[in-house]
Amino acid sequence: MKHNLILRFIAKFLFPVIALFAFYVQFHGDFGPGGGFQAGVILSVAFIFYALIFGLKTTEQVIPPQVLRVMASAGILIYAGTGVATMLMGGNFLDYNLLSQNPIAGQHLGILLIEVGVGITVYSVMLIIFFAFAEKGRP
Amino acid sequence: MVDTLIDISLLAFLAVTAIAIIKIRNLFVVIMLFGIFSLHSAGLFVVMDAADVAFTEAAVGAGISSILMLATLALTKDHEEKQPAHHARIPLLVVLITGAALVYGTYDIPSFGDPDSPAQQHVKPYYIEHSVEETGTANVVTAVLASYRGYDTLGEITVIFTAGIGVMLLIGGRLFRRSKNGDER
Repeated sequence: MKHNLILRFIAKFLFPVIALFAFYVQFHGDFGPGGGFQAGVILSVAFIFYALIFGLKTTEQVIPPQVLRVMASAGILIYAGTGVATMLMGGNFLDYNLLSQNPIAGQHLGILLIEVGVGITVYSVMLIIFFAFAEKGRP
Repeated sequence: MVDTLIDISLLAFLAVTAIAIIKIRNLFVVIMLFGIFSLHSAGLFVVMDAADVAFTEAAVGAGISSILMLATLALTKDHEEKQPAHHARIPLLVVLITGAALVYGTYDIPSFGDPDSPAQQHVKPYYIEHSVEETGTANVVTAVLASYRGYDTLGEITVIFTAGIGVMLLIGGRLFRRSKNGDER
């Protein structure tokens, strides 16, 4: 669809909107519906949309698959690392109260960190699956 | 009254879509119907005030899984092969007996939103009463998923990660190798 001006324009216009909504869902999950899982899915959808219009090659330049591979592991490491950090501070695994002087602030920080980890892993795994299938189907 | 009407129409759409999915042999159409099915389920979850679940269903079920199934379809044929003609008596019998058992089982299920049901009695009152003061999180679903049930969410993420690794190893090919020169092969 390289020569379709309308599609390309709409895609360029919608991509930041979808991405922004994903970040809203990610960081507003404490107060409204949503969280890391949904945010990761929505952000990956923005990239898949981009790939459908501009082609797989261009998208691979925007976000190289090798980077995705690292990101998928990094997200899970952030999650488990938060748990290990609380253990090193003398508490139980994933006991966020210890992350800060104030237990509530610790909880906020812990939930934020693990939601970011969830978001990164879900985002990269969804794109990895899409890239793998799309690459295979390319003639 | 309006709620009942919405419930009935959504469930009717759900049933019609399900029957169409079974009947239709063109897999492209079936994938589109799967998306519609998920969207109706998301609508039902909204009616049941489960906004977080509805959100996930709409994003994952209607959104990304349709795309992934379409990508899979590009690798295979888009038409289901016709089933060989045979007598369906024994499968029909099995389905009828299982269905009857399930319907019989529903008589023991507490009705929707029953405050005396075990699900509402166990830890739920504690979460509802204490989640704001203990976690400072206004959304009780997030408090449960991320804080009280952090272990489970870590497990879920590991499942997704494993799925990604599986796809990468099975059909990822050269795409995810570190070097493009092929010296790792």
